[in-house]
Amino acid sequence: MLAINTIGKSFGGLIALNNVSFRVDGGSISALIGPNGAGKTTLLNIISGIFPPDIGKISFSGTTISDLPATKIARAGISRTFQQVELFGDMTVLENVMVGRYSRTRSGFISSGLRLPFVRKEERETRDRSLGILDYIGLRSRKDELASNLPLGEQRILEIGRALATEPGLLLLDEPAAGLNIRETRSLGEMIVRLRNEKKITILLVEHDMDLVMRISDRIAVLNFGEVIADGTPLEVQKNQAVISAYLGTEE
Amino acid sequence: MNRDNSLAVLVLIAVIIFVPLVSGSAYVITIGVFSGINALIAIGLCILMGYAGQVSLGQAGFYGIGAYVSATLTHHYGLPVPLCVAAAMIVSAFAAVILAVPSLRLKGHYLAVATLSFGEIINIALNEWGPGGPSGFGDIPTFNILDFIFDTTTSYFYLVWGCVVLVLLFSFNFINSRTGRALRALHGSELASRAMGLDVTALKIKVFVISAAYASLAGSLYAHYVTFISPSSFTLFYSILVLMMVVIGGITNLWGGVVGAILITILPELLRSFEEFDVLVYGLILTLSLMFLRRGLVPLLIEKIKQLRGPLIARD
Repeated sequence: MLAINTIGKSFGGLIALNNVSFRVDGGSISALIGPNGAGKTTLLNIISGIFPPDIGKISFSGTTISDLPATKIARAGISRTFQQVELFGDMTVLENVMVGRYSRTRSGFISSGLRLPFVRKEERETRDRSLGILDYIGLRSRKDELASNLPLGEQRILEIGRALATEPGLLLLDEPAAGLNIRETRSLGEMIVRLRNEKKITILLVEHDMDLVMRISDRIAVLNFGEVIADGTPLEVQKNQAVISAYLGTEE
Repeated sequence: MNRDNSLAVLVLIAVIIFVPLVSGSAYVITIGVFSGINALIAIGLCILMGYAGQVSLGQAGFYGIGAYVSATLTHHYGLPVPLCVAAAMIVSAFAAVILAVPSLRLKGHYLAVATLSFGEIINIALNEWGPGGPSGFGDIPTFNILDFIFDTTTSYFYLVWGCVVLVLLFSFNFINSRTGRALRALHGSELASRAMGLDVTALKIKVFVISAAYASLAGSLYAHYVTFISPSSFTLFYSILVLMMVVIGGITNLWGGVVGAILITILPELLRSFEEFDVLVYGLILTLSLMFLRRGLVPLLIEKIKQLRGPLIARD
């Protein structure tokens, strides 16, 4: 579904990614792990079009997306969450999800200002679908609260809800468990599995919580200093000597 | 549009109808006309600043384009006034696109300076090439729709405030819709907006266009009311005055634009009794309100009302 081919990116003299290639199969839960500064978030930013790669190509469902701007990539069906939560803090929980419907709706300034019949209809649909998403993620009772007033755990869930509103085929989760306690992390894991099983959404997550990663992932790619050092099932990766030395260091 | 805003619009309509009936004084109604004209341009700036998080110190430029284009077309070519007002709005919209494109990469102070320069360029252009040059021109036909001429102050008051109500309704509608939500989202996080598929560039251009169209309408209504215009009415000073209106009224609420416009228009008139000290007192009041009313009058009032309502609801 997502094919990453020989991606390279450097910032000034710092090589963030070097010759990175791997695939994410449709319907899978894939994880991208690695020590801090390995280039994981940089890769997610490139996939979602926040900035372009220096070299290499990324294709999604057969079309090249690495030369598209973020807006078009979102419309193509890739959505994401952020490591540092990026909600629209001054807007309500419901409104945050409704913004996610933007790329799937079409009312413009003038038609909205005149409240044309199709705008009313679309607005109703947007509201209903967004409420449905809040039901699904369990935040319906919080719908009128400002997003910035939610505790971190619920903010992370809301970010997933907002991403779901774009009807993604592929969902990129950037450290979704960061800052969550054990119970919250467990229910997050269950939700990710449900998204794949019930909504048929392919998941690529960057995560440091190894317990979570090993439990839910079908496939894991390991980045170290901007290069892929291992790629396989959780079991294969756990046994991989290069991975062990990257995480624990080697005996000289 | 929510229930509170609908109610507020109804109250506004009632006030508009009653002001000329209660007050027979042409002086009061004239101030009312100018308040309405200022309210139109202030509403546009509220949307631009409070909702979309952009800034403009060049609204006088669009105000000037609105005044000059419709005045020139009606005065020199004898075209129908409403048509010329619409034409002026289209010209302003194009000017807004031209301003918006280079401004898209700018934020904060830099954007403020770019828009300020735009306003100055328009002002210089009007001085150099505008009909009548620095001294302007008169004999601009008063506003008329077919045979009905708005030649009394009271009829013009109704015309201007009718426009304010329509502009308010239009604005509330789009702010509480897909595009309005997108503007607020953009203000909240540009990064997340892009990731959610919002076309950031187009949205920014469109919000400039909307605010320019409102300013242009205000300018046209001004020109057809005073029937004489010169570049001195469309300077940086006026842009700053509009900024003052929305800041004092409260940029995060469209009603802030309306309330701020009325206050700033009335204030100099109330200060007449201070004679030569009026400018001093005016400046003092503005400075104090900026110091103690950071968020603006309307958001503050809404908060107070909510606090009063709170215990009542809790008792139910």
